[in-house]
Amino acid sequence: MSSTTSSTEIEVRIPTILRPYTKGEKLVTAEASDLRGLIAALDAKFTGLGERLLENNELRRFINIYINDEDVRFMGSLAATLKAGDSVTILPAVAGGCK
Amino acid sequence: MTRYESLEASLGHTPLIGLPKLSPKSQAGKPAVRLWAKMEDRNPTGSIKDRTAMAMIDDAEKTGKLKPGATILEPTSGNTGISLAMVAKVRGYKLICVMPENTSIERTQILEMWGAKIIYSPAAGGSNEAVRVAKDLAAENPDWVFLYQYGNPANTLAHYKATGPEVFEDLPTITHFIAGLGTTGTLMGAGKFLREKNPDIAIIAAEPRYGEIVYGLRNLDAGFVPELYDESIITRRFSVGAEDSVRRVRELLEIEGIFAGISTGAILHAALGVAKECIDAGKGADIAFIVCDAGWKYLSTGIYGKDSDPEVLDGQLWA
Repeated sequence: MSSTTSSTEIEVRIPTILRPYTKGEKLVTAEASDLRGLIAALDAKFTGLGERLLENNELRRFINIYINDEDVRFMGSLAATLKAGDSVTILPAVAGGCK
Repeated sequence: MTRYESLEASLGHTPLIGLPKLSPKSQAGKPAVRLWAKMEDRNPTGSIKDRTAMAMIDDAEKTGKLKPGATILEPTSGNTGISLAMVAKVRGYKLICVMPENTSIERTQILEMWGAKIIYSPAAGGSNEAVRVAKDLAAENPDWVFLYQYGNPANTLAHYKATGPEVFEDLPTITHFIAGLGTTGTLMGAGKFLREKNPDIAIIAAEPRYGEIVYGLRNLDAGFVPELYDESIITRRFSVGAEDSVRRVRELLEIEGIFAGISTGAILHAALGVAKECIDAGKGADIAFIVCDAGWKYLSTGIYGKDSDPEVLDGQLWA
C-alpha cells in the first residue's frame, strides 16, 4: 500500500536491457508521488534496478525516462510529480533515425 | 528569387505553409493558435539533410580536410547519405555510407543511384551500431574523410545560419519551434538562433520511439548522446511511437494534402499536443514545425494505405 496519502500506482515500461532485474517483466507497477519516489519503490521491488537508473543521485547519462511520453529532464527530473493514470517509460539513449 | 546557378545553389529558402484545417479552433474571443509547416522536402534531394551535407562538405573543403577525389565516410539511416551522395557525385568525391540493414529499400536504391557504396550495420542497435561501425572504419582508414554529422559543428551552424533565420523571417510572431531529434543539429542550430531573437520561444524536440530491437544494447554504457546535443537549448522533449506518427502523417495527407515522411508525423504529433495546451490555456500561438522529407521513400512500408498497420514499422528505423 501507499506509504504517503498522495502516492499512486504507476505503470512503468522496462526496456529489454533492464528486464533481467524485473524477472523478464516488460510492464511493472510501483507506487509513488514523484519520480525519485518511483525509482526508490522500483528498487525496493527489484533489487539493483535503482543503481542502473541513477548515478550520484542523478539520472544516468544514457538513461531517458518519460512521463506520458515527455522527457523528465525537462519536467524537474527526479522531482517530476506523478499522478494517477500517468505512464512511465524507461529507455536507453540511442542514436535513432532521421539521419 | 527562383533562378539558381546550379542544383546545389537552390538549397534552402523552403516555404513555410499554414495548416488552416489542422490548426485547432480557438474559443470565442480567444487568440488564434496557428500551425505552420516548414517544407524541407523542397530541398535539392528532398530532405532537410541537404543543409547538413552541404555545410559539412563545404567546411571540409575550406579547412583542407577534403581534397579532390577523396572518399567520404558517414553513418546514416538514409537522408544524410542521400544528400551527401548527390553532392559527392557533383563534386567528384567517393562516398561510403554505413547504414543499418533495417531501413527502407528505397533508401538503398537512391543511394546506389547516386553512386554511393553501402556498408550495412546490424539491425539490432539501429543507428547506434552504424555509428560504432563507422567510427571503427574511420580509425582503420585514416585517408577516408569522416564527416560525422552527430559531432560536426558545421551541421548545427547550417541551421543557425539558415533554417532558423528563414523561419523567423517568415514568422516573426513564432512562439514554438518543433523539430525531430536525431543528430540534434536542427534543434541546436535553429533553436539557438530563434532563442536569441526571442528568449521566450519554446524549442521542442520530438524523437521517434522505435520498436525494441533498436534499443537492444549490449550494455547501458553503449548508449549514445550526440556530441552536438546541448540540453539547455531545449524547452521540452517528447518521445513519439510509430502508431501516433503514422496517424498524424495520414491526417496531414488527408486534411491538408501534404505528403510527408513518417518522422514528420512524430513532429506533428508533438505540435498538435502543444497546440491543444495553448487552446486550453486560452493563449495564442504561432507554432512552426519541420517537415523533414516527403513520403516517397516510405511507400514500400505500406503505411499510407487506410487499413495498414503501424506494427509493420516495429523492427524498422522509420524516421
